[in-house]
Amino acid sequence: MGENLFNKVWKLHKVKTLPSGQDQLFIGLHLIHEVTSPQAFQMLRERGLKVMFPERTFAAADHILPTDNQKRPFRDPLAEEMIRALEKNTEEFGIKFFGPDTDYQGIVHIIGPELGLTQPGMTVVCGDSHTSTHGALGAIAFGIGTSQIRDVFATQTLSMSRPRVRRITINGTLRKGVYAKDIILKIIAELGVKGGIGYAYEYSGPVIENLNMEGRLTICNMSIEGGARAGYINPDKVTFDYLKGRKFVPEGDEFDRAVSFWKGIASDEDAEYDDEFVLDAGDLEPMVTWGINPGHAVGITEKLPMLSDSEDREVASRAYEHMNFHEGDTIRGKKIDVAFIGSCTNGRISDLREAASVAKGRKAAKGVRALVVPGSRQVALQAEREGLDRIFLEAGFQWRLPGCSMCLAMNPDKLRGSELSASSSNRNFIGRQGSPAGRTLLMSPAMVAAAAVMGEVTDVRELL
Amino acid sequence: MLVSEESIRRVIKGRGMPLPGDDIDTDRIIPARYLKCITFDELGKFTFYDERYDENGNKKDHPFNDERYRGAEILVVNKNFGCGSSREHAPQSLMRAGIRAIIGESFAEIFLGNCTALGIPAVTMEAGAVSELMDFTGKEPEAVLTLDLDKKIVEAGLPGGGNGKVFKIEISDSAREVFLSGTWDTTSALLSGKKEIESKAGALPYLNHFLMQGE
Repeated sequence: MGENLFNKVWKLHKVKTLPSGQDQLFIGLHLIHEVTSPQAFQMLRERGLKVMFPERTFAAADHILPTDNQKRPFRDPLAEEMIRALEKNTEEFGIKFFGPDTDYQGIVHIIGPELGLTQPGMTVVCGDSHTSTHGALGAIAFGIGTSQIRDVFATQTLSMSRPRVRRITINGTLRKGVYAKDIILKIIAELGVKGGIGYAYEYSGPVIENLNMEGRLTICNMSIEGGARAGYINPDKVTFDYLKGRKFVPEGDEFDRAVSFWKGIASDEDAEYDDEFVLDAGDLEPMVTWGINPGHAVGITEKLPMLSDSEDREVASRAYEHMNFHEGDTIRGKKIDVAFIGSCTNGRISDLREAASVAKGRKAAKGVRALVVPGSRQVALQAEREGLDRIFLEAGFQWRLPGCSMCLAMNPDKLRGSELSASSSNRNFIGRQGSPAGRTLLMSPAMVAAAAVMGEVTDVRELL
Repeated sequence: MLVSEESIRRVIKGRGMPLPGDDIDTDRIIPARYLKCITFDELGKFTFYDERYDENGNKKDHPFNDERYRGAEILVVNKNFGCGSSREHAPQSLMRAGIRAIIGESFAEIFLGNCTALGIPAVTMEAGAVSELMDFTGKEPEAVLTLDLDKKIVEAGLPGGGNGKVFKIEISDSAREVFLSGTWDTTSALLSGKKEIESKAGALPYLNHFLMQGE
């Protein structure tokens, strides 16, 4: 029997078995940002340690950045202190930092692929759970904590146990108005938010093969919301075409040699898996979450579930209480206060194009605050070249500067009170968007734009 | 490798605190606005902040506000505890609020790894046993729990002292090993393989112009 990509890459990077029985795994690419790294740098100093491979770590500024004005110093002194700490730390330890004033500023999971830093067959870690995003390029990528960041700094390795691998095959052909976001929300709704614990997810099948790289990034991004620390897609022509010409990707003969390595690292035709799940996406409709975790999702024409049918009755009941929704309600027609387009899940150029195609020639509904936050400076510049910024501005949406923004509201972009937000981000946890009483509905960027112009949750297919 | 006695986690004794609910995410354990810091030092004050205080700063009903559980050291939780964001600020905050071990039905993986890296055993039990232990700690806040990682049991002591009910716990062999040997801080174990690390770097295609094709 053949091997799957995950096990091939793991073996390639295994340094040795540690006395605990865990594997010592070499990390090919380490990405850091301002929120989870300062304490790790401090631990290095306290122990008199250096960064072993500084050229394999790259830093981004994203979580804390304001999106209205990024002139230094930032108005929020704590935000300024955090970025200054990252500037100082990266300089002291010899790490490349794509800072706020550079052309490659952006969300760490947007700029990694954009720069071609993330490549097939690598191990990629970052102190951020959405590191699973990078698996879209055929890498093993997962989030770690700050003590593990310290370990990667000091040794370029981690102590890890190898997870099992579940292949998720998506069959069928997507209908118009249905996007990668809808697929991953459906997978999480089916397998549950705990379903992936102990697994890495391989996404495959015709629907995945036909997705462009940006859609693949969206799917892998939310693996962690289904409990899977890593998710990946086998590298193919889409991957190689995406990578060619990017800043950190080799050229000429070396590129050809790279492609040959990348092809060899993909799962074999007869690869074995620990588990399989098959989904037909042919009749999938736009998905919207109604509750307090990303598994609480229904199709736009469906009714909200009855508590008596729920496997997680306690959580579902808490969800209804927080959201002020009721069993049997339709999600369609819920009046929204805020529309947020952006995040590492859906802040890429194709996401902005899809949202702009809905916003074009329409106006944000009265009373709706609509924010468009590009995932990176490069995404923003490309969108401006295509005139997407003008489409959004004419439609009454705010066109803001790149950052994580209202996905987790560490900057001034926050919900107020119990506002209801249509959001292209990844988490609808209680309080996630900055107000303890705030309420989040996750959906695709096109669905967010539709909700913004109609003032209520709308089936985007009616506007296309 | 030198291991200090203080790093060994064999038996942890302390009062229990029940914290019921599935899928308690790390945004709830420590809201994002408290991540605006460059040290973990102050985080103990903000554990479950938005569940413990209303918008005016008034206390709400929550185990961490309950006087009966002041000083409790072992948290008892349900399924998928610590899901969501990878923020180590979450277990750091629990640790700084006095928590030394967590017993639950299941844990999110990144959270579990973070707990282990901080020397906080996060062990699992069957749903029925968790529910029984939660009821017990609910009724008997003064009772002492004795978590024995060597024997893989937790004993819920009688309030007046003496032997109480014993539950079997599960913990991965590798986590149990690092706690018993006091080597849960992995940096030195990893550093001891410096030569092997360098030789691995020399064999990876993408660090060597793809002149080799892996294995």
